[in-house]
Amino acid sequence: MEVKLPFLAEGVESCTVSFWHVNEGDTVEEGDDLVEMQTSKAVFNVPSPCAGTISQIVAGEGDEVKVGDVICMMEE
Amino acid sequence: MNRECRAAYLGLVDYQEAYRLQKKLLAQRIGGGIPDTLLLLQHPPVITVGRRGARDNILAGSELLSREGISVFETDRGGDVTYHGPGQLVGYPILDLRQHGMDVHRTVHLYEEVIIRLISRYGLAGSRVPEYPGVWVGREKICAIGLGISKWVSFHGFALNVNTNLSHFGYITPCGITGRGVTSMSRLLGGEVAEAGVVENVIDVFGRTFDLEMRHEEFDPDFILQEVKSNGG
Repeated sequence: MEVKLPFLAEGVESCTVSFWHVNEGDTVEEGDDLVEMQTSKAVFNVPSPCAGTISQIVAGEGDEVKVGDVICMMEE
Repeated sequence: MNRECRAAYLGLVDYQEAYRLQKKLLAQRIGGGIPDTLLLLQHPPVITVGRRGARDNILAGSELLSREGISVFETDRGGDVTYHGPGQLVGYPILDLRQHGMDVHRTVHLYEEVIIRLISRYGLAGSRVPEYPGVWVGREKICAIGLGISKWVSFHGFALNVNTNLSHFGYITPCGITGRGVTSMSRLLGGEVAEAGVVENVIDVFGRTFDLEMRHEEFDPDFILQEVKSNGG
């Protein structure tokens, strides 16, 4: 399944990837921190939408990502 | 108002110990084991670098900093470089933001609101600068704000200069912004400000702004920190 960057704040259309808490192949639980994103005002950790395995990391560190863009792929 | 928030003033706490304490409370809040919590404290002199920060914004050399007893930490909050030290009231709200609108920037806006309302009780007019989080009086920053969020629970927070030694800000470019200064309540009011009163006012204004019923607790920091240490963080 595709994991997309969720809504963070009114008026925030994109933010920057600081770093991934997980690697490809890692198993995570629902709600685990996947990736730390920075907006202009805060640091936000994107929670995993489900339990599963990270099959592919799409957004690289330093990349600017729009809300709704795919950041990684997971297998449930 | 029906939701409850614990508030505790811990006095002077080492930055790293307070960080471990925050992370412990964050995990407990995520697990639903504790209500929203507002930690208030002061730090011994320390420079911290947020995620948008550049070490270039630390102007003093490491030798000078170590002679002055000022350590430097990189940390997982928003924002750039800042200074914490005695006389500055630091607030770490550990809030479940799912119950407070689930909006990262609205949360920053509300922290700013708390500080603006607080300092207005002392006759000071605070304002926002759209591109920079924090609260300003004129062109000078009185309160830095840097927020972290995990599982929609907040950590890190705000740092209000009450009686801070402002000369220590000379060691950095605060928040990476040149051409703007820093100030404190005591500088603006022309004398030392009673910190206990500021603590009481922050707790009151925080409850009104977030629509929370505040319960001011005598928290035993040694007990919690001891627990943090024995759990290895």
